Amino acid sequence: MLSFNGLVAISATYVAFLFAVAFAADRRAARGHDGWLRSPWIYTLSLSIYCTAWTFYGAVGYAARSGLEYLTIYLGPSLVMLGWWWLLRKLVRIGRAQRITSIADLVSSRFGKSTSLGVIVTLLAVVGVTPYIALQLQSISQSFAVFGAAGGARWHGLDAGSVALWSAAGLALFTILFGTRNLDANERHHGIVMAVAVEAVVKLGALVAVGVFVVWGLGGGPAGMLARIDASPIAAWEQSGGRWVAYTALSAAALLCLPRMFQVLVVENADESHLATASWAFPLYLLVMSLFVVPIAVMGLELLPGTNPDMFVLTLPLSQGREGLAVWAFLGGFSSATSMVLVATIALATMVSNHIVVPLWLRARSGGAMMSGDVRSVVLTARRLSIVAVLGLGYLYFRLSGGGAALASIGLVAFVGVVQVLPAMIGGLFWRGATRGGAAAGLLAGFGLWLWTMFLPSVGDGALLSAQVMADGPWGLDWLRPRALFGAATLDPVLHAAIWSLGINTALFVAVSLLSFPGPVERLQGAQFVNVFDHSDNPGSWMRGAAEAEDLLVMAQRILGPAEAQQVFARAAGAQGKAGWLPDVTPGFIQELERELAGSVGAATAHAMLGQMTQGASVSVEDLIAVADEAAQIMEYSTRLEQKSAELERTAGALREANAKLTALSVQKDAFLSQISHELRTPMTSIRAFSEILQAGGLNPQEQTRFAGIIGEEAGRLTRLLDELLDLAVLESGQGRLDVRAVRLDEMIDRALAAALPEGGSMKVLRRRAEEAVALETDADRLTQVFINLITNARKYCDAPAPELRIEVRDAGRAVDFIDNGSGIAPEQSRVIFEKFSRLGDPGKAGGAGLGLAICREIMSRLGGAISYLPGQGGAAFRVALPATAPSLSNA
Amino acid sequence: MARRVLLIEDEPNIIEAISFILSRDGWTVHTHSDGATALDRVRAHPPDLVILDAMLPGLSGFDILGELRADAGLGDLPVMMLTARGQDRDRALAMRLGATHFMTKPFSNAEILDRVRALARA
Amino acid sequence: MRGPEPRPLFLVRASYRRRRLRDAARLAPAAAALLWTLPLIWPRGETRISVVLVYLFVVWGLSVAVAALMARALLRADAAEPGPRDAPDEREPPE
Repeated sequence: MLSFNGLVAISATYVAFLFAVAFAADRRAARGHDGWLRSPWIYTLSLSIYCTAWTFYGAVGYAARSGLEYLTIYLGPSLVMLGWWWLLRKLVRIGRAQRITSIADLVSSRFGKSTSLGVIVTLLAVVGVTPYIALQLQSISQSFAVFGAAGGARWHGLDAGSVALWSAAGLALFTILFGTRNLDANERHHGIVMAVAVEAVVKLGALVAVGVFVVWGLGGGPAGMLARIDASPIAAWEQSGGRWVAYTALSAAALLCLPRMFQVLVVENADESHLATASWAFPLYLLVMSLFVVPIAVMGLELLPGTNPDMFVLTLPLSQGREGLAVWAFLGGFSSATSMVLVATIALATMVSNHIVVPLWLRARSGGAMMSGDVRSVVLTARRLSIVAVLGLGYLYFRLSGGGAALASIGLVAFVGVVQVLPAMIGGLFWRGATRGGAAAGLLAGFGLWLWTMFLPSVGDGALLSAQVMADGPWGLDWLRPRALFGAATLDPVLHAAIWSLGINTALFVAVSLLSFPGPVERLQGAQFVNVFDHSDNPGSWMRGAAEAEDLLVMAQRILGPAEAQQVFARAAGAQGKAGWLPDVTPGFIQELERELAGSVGAATAHAMLGQMTQGASVSVEDLIAVADEAAQIMEYSTRLEQKSAELERTAGALREANAKLTALSVQKDAFLSQISHELRTPMTSIRAFSEILQAGGLNPQEQTRFAGIIGEEAGRLTRLLDELLDLAVLESGQGRLDVRAVRLDEMIDRALAAALPEGGSMKVLRRRAEEAVALETDADRLTQVFINLITNARKYCDAPAPELRIEVRDAGRAVDFIDNGSGIAPEQSRVIFEKFSRLGDPGKAGGAGLGLAICREIMSRLGGAISYLPGQGGAAFRVALPATAPSLSNA
Repeated sequence: MARRVLLIEDEPNIIEAISFILSRDGWTVHTHSDGATALDRVRAHPPDLVILDAMLPGLSGFDILGELRADAGLGDLPVMMLTARGQDRDRALAMRLGATHFMTKPFSNAEILDRVRALARA
Repeated sequence: MRGPEPRPLFLVRASYRRRRLRDAARLAPAAAALLWTLPLIWPRGETRISVVLVYLFVVWGLSVAVAALMARALLRADAAEPGPRDAPDEREPPE
């Protein structure tokens, strides 16, 4: 007989295997090989987290107690999947268009990015799913106990509580490792999804194996099995119609409202067309899952009467001495439990951190979005803490409820709880008139009624509600009895709770929506949700704000990380037809940025952060809509017109810019000539004057030496200028040979530092040598010249009391940033610094003709790279982007 | 009594050269190298002659000249403009603004001395 | 439901078929739900449970098959119709 330690070892090995799978999938995805990770089959298998331990163990128990009623739990979701074209497709489209991160985010986003609705849904989900997580822990500990009972004395010291505790801790670790790697909800959790898919196969295989064993090994084939079923205690077909319909509807709704199902259905969805495959493949999965439930239940009732029917899947093979099969079944149940907990915990943690922790944190730091510190680390920490808290709550519920209730009844408690979101969600998707007030009223009422009629009684008599309140109602008011609200004493308890909570929820939602008036943002969001297929593009909800592009970049870098934020900004600038890093702060850009941020911190938070920064705008959204207070359809129409005219304006802008460039070019040519004249004549003036003075004679020796010295110095200045001009001319005309060789980046930086910074200078240089150890194919002398110019500039112009220069290598040597801690370059000046003779400050200090950066720019373009000024880095910052491949050698 | 010249110029070597040439000829040479404050300096101690460079930090020589000519008390102060750009446009601009004389860098020492003497005598 | 591949000439007809296909896709769950509640009106106490069981699973299997066929057809129809994704039929009625 298998020992306790043996079973633990098997479980641990299995978990290690899942770790490896998740790790490998994450690695593949990180390398960009995520092709088959995004297949519709993986998507379908990931949906199987609908089948939790409740299905694996509980469905058999359910069938043994109530006959075919268990099927309703799987028929409901099948119906929803079959109707994907009507509802799920819309949900997924909205989820992608609005970058929705959770079901709380969906509701909050639909009703005007409301923070309070997000909080309500989050709380509801946490309270509703906690029993469900407890159920999984209970099933794990029960399955251990089954082996314990079969193993007899060698299992002493087994404690159900400690098994559950260790499982919860392990799951928390797994979830934190693979669930909080990255922030952006669009970067999906490949590792977790892959592990879940593997578990889906294991649990299906296990249940089918036990079923096949029961039907063909024990029942004598299909015909014999059917005969046994008709002879069993559950043979009578006396199904209550009300429960049949209600449970089917409840489970259908739960598929949409359960946070974990929303996570895999909508958030992790990589492609809308995957839904088409899942629309039939997932019902098929459910069919196979439920196929052998009745045979197993009947056989269990026949062979093992009087034992817990929830565990027949394990006890049947064990009683027949099929230990291998039993272990497989054990792993199947283990898979069902763990995969549900993994995804549910991620979904809940995302909601808790985005809708509760981060908004609170933002409020506590009322300085606004321009805060110091890294929001990313706050969000990640919040998410990790939330994971631990969610699992802790599940474990607490498990201990409180005593782990005694039937699995199915706990699952139904959770279902009715989360389904309270349904009226607000469906109403929000299909009814433009739904308002925030209606959603909040319905949700709160439904939540409260569910707590009173279902959740509190479920914890067990006397645990949270005293037996007296249960029997006589609070304060002796018997029409408030939890199980017989308003005198409805004869209803089935689940039906009773569902009817009252959902009925009053829906009624309030509709009534308050009809009576209240939606706010402007709500109306816009409502139009976008309801008519998502008409315009998946964006309507404008931002007018030009007061925020400068640079401030926005500073904030975005804190949330998205510097590399990604810069990419977003550069892309937006490119789309506007502008070179460089900073786009114009157009309404379209703010909206795009808001979506990017929403992927990390949720829609309401992103909206609030940008709101804080763009406040003080001449026209706010609210103003705009108050002025144009008209039917939303006209608004949409005008939005489209607005987009078109914005497009026209951009084109006109591009033309204007081109024209201005041409004019500027001819002006530049004149200016260039007169600059050259000035730069040449100035030293020549001194040379001529002093040589005439020397010629005239009558000087003392000191004067002679000094004047001759000045002549030499000025002649040197002339020579340098001519050298630089020639350099530039050669570079600009594209002549001159490049000496391309394999070189090391760190050596070039060493050389540049030695040349540009005198020994014992005050400037401190911060480098990360490990990242600089990169080999390049380029012209080392030219590139070093660029580095020297940049370092020299930093030394000359950095005005900090303790000057510092950071040299950072990015993208594995694709780019090098030089960032000092001085006051930087003003935006209007940063546009001209790469022009010839553009010198900031007084000429005496610079000691050059202002050609350095112009030369750098020419060199980089010759090398196939680029140099640009990076705004928003705190000091003057230059990025040298190195060529992706070696420049061609053929240039003569 | 030595006559006073105010030299407004920002290149240190050119300042030294002109100062040397003129002081050897018996002039008292004051120098000033910031365009923005040059006018105050002229108003505080009006010299007999101003030598004004066209390209100055702060305020250009042309602007200073315009301001000087607009000032009633300094309207007929002789001003000699120096420029290193040497384009006809600059010369025309300087004459229109009321420069007494215009000279292109580089110049010969004899030439500048002659001009300064001539202007001061006038 | 689908005839031979329509030629470009019958484009109007093709788009009509596509819209009816979408109608069918919307009706499918309702039909399945109806079939699944049918056993509720079978006589209580007399109907053998094995019959109900087999009936429910057969309906289930058929739904899966129909859904698979429709999903393929819907995807193909969607791909065949570039530009505005949804025909006028598709839009929600204005308020």
